[in-house]
Amino acid sequence: MSERLRVKKTYKLYVGGKFPRSESGRSYPVTSPDGAELANAALASRKDARDAVAAARKAQRPWAGQTAYLRGQILYRAAEMLEGRAGQFAEELADATGAEPHAALGTVEQAIDRLVHYAGWTDKYASVLGGANPVAGPYFNHTKPEPLGVVAVLAPQDDPFLGLVEALAPAIAAGNTVVVLSSEAKPLPALSFGEVLATSDLPGGVVNLLSGNVAEVAPHLAAHADVNGIDLGGVEDAALAAELEAAAAGTLKVVRRPGKVGDSLALLRQWTEYKTVWHPAGMAAAAGGGY
Amino acid sequence: MGSIVSGAEAAALVRALPGVDAVGLEARAAGLATRSVKKASKAQAIDLAISMIDLTTLEGADTPGKVRSLAAKAVRPDGDAPSTAAVCVYPAMVAVAAEALEGSGVKVASVATGFPAGQVPLDLRLADTEAAVRAGADEIDMVISRGAFLAGDLERVFHEIKAVKAAAGEARLKVILETGELVTYDDVRRASWLAMHAGADFIKTSTGKVGVNATLPVTLLMMQAVRDFRALTGRQVGVKPAGGIRTTKDAIKYLVCVNETLGDDWLSNEWFRFGASSLLNDLLMQRQKLTTGHYSGPDYVTVD
Repeated sequence: MSERLRVKKTYKLYVGGKFPRSESGRSYPVTSPDGAELANAALASRKDARDAVAAARKAQRPWAGQTAYLRGQILYRAAEMLEGRAGQFAEELADATGAEPHAALGTVEQAIDRLVHYAGWTDKYASVLGGANPVAGPYFNHTKPEPLGVVAVLAPQDDPFLGLVEALAPAIAAGNTVVVLSSEAKPLPALSFGEVLATSDLPGGVVNLLSGNVAEVAPHLAAHADVNGIDLGGVEDAALAAELEAAAAGTLKVVRRPGKVGDSLALLRQWTEYKTVWHPAGMAAAAGGGY
Repeated sequence: MGSIVSGAEAAALVRALPGVDAVGLEARAAGLATRSVKKASKAQAIDLAISMIDLTTLEGADTPGKVRSLAAKAVRPDGDAPSTAAVCVYPAMVAVAAEALEGSGVKVASVATGFPAGQVPLDLRLADTEAAVRAGADEIDMVISRGAFLAGDLERVFHEIKAVKAAAGEARLKVILETGELVTYDDVRRASWLAMHAGADFIKTSTGKVGVNATLPVTLLMMQAVRDFRALTGRQVGVKPAGGIRTTKDAIKYLVCVNETLGDDWLSNEWFRFGASSLLNDLLMQRQKLTTGHYSGPDYVTVD
């Protein structure tokens, strides 16, 4: 009997709920730290980033309009799906980073727990960050956090899976949609994560995953007028980070600088903006609370 | 060849038209759609496309306020962008649009003749047309009786178009074939020729109210018809694809087709139009991209 040929996976992008190749037709070889070839990944172009932003924008309003409870259920579902495939992710992560298998499994389990953690936050952060403000007048005064909109995430280079999950989970938990550029040298676990999200009832376009060159793609995301926030976590070149921040300022984006640390509430706060409503006292009931 | 006066003559001519090579037509359209238009040519194409738009709102929920704001946008879409060709509304909104567009050079187009189905007695359809013209419409977008056409009563369709043309008077007449309901390319070709023989100033693909709207092959077929019609009779007729054209990329594909099929003579809003509403915003966003160097977004154009 002849030996069976292994079916290898084509690692593609995850944009708008679909798995396209790069529109440019380009790909690049991905290797393990010791130089062994693992696979080819799509090399995303400026236009892939543009398409991903368009998909994210289209998905944002419906996603933010879902109940907080449902957003939590969906994030929890993603954790369930990941749990079932933890072995595969541990293997991919070990291949990518050279970590010991049990350590890689530990990292994947941490990522699962992080998803569950943010699943719990979806219906609570608004109460923690927002509230009723005492004012010296006949008004009800409420503050509530609202999602920024579309957030571009340049995921950490050396922590290709847990770092990516930690960066995107708070953004989507708060009702944003994201365009994520995964670790350039270690994109495979991130690209497989798209398959988990695609089977978690997460609407297409809420998370869009690209693999490619930071210096090539990030400037277009930073300057894109339809991106509302950008996480520079994966930018290792300080000069490039400064450039991206300047470009982001041109279109009024919220910027998270590389190396910035914070607890999960701070991350949720990062990708929200406060809306404060003054409401004449005594009329709130008549208005039906629809403000 | 003299002008055609009798419906029977027109019907006979139209019935004798050769069939359409569907595979060839679609391949030609697909081939033209691959042309890449960049940089300065793209900027020019965008401005040309903007100037060719019949900015359209055809909803039951149209209000005078909505029509006025659409008119303001048609006159001055964004910065130094050119005005659109026309604003296209229902007859009841023509007076509002005419007042808002007075002196701007932007035309008022009105759908009429029982739009969109056309399933209304002829005298009402004519009255509909006359009312729109009286209210100030410069252009009338009529629908043909698809029911009569599909039943083979080409004479009736011919006479109806002629009657509407007479009722429209000075206003230019665009004849909507509703190609999505004609279904076959052969019928689109027949309807195009019938409308042109009956006096159409423009032939238009669709109402935008059925499942299938303008497609590139159908529009290409209609372009070929107006080209051949001019070669035969010396009279030039315009083309207006409508419905479903939403992106700059799509619009440029149509312009490439116009250039390759009809040439410069048709490359102005006198002879080619886009029936569209959301297309304008995409063109404006692309225009901003060319000016600023970075991608724009829907926050930077109006919500219509």
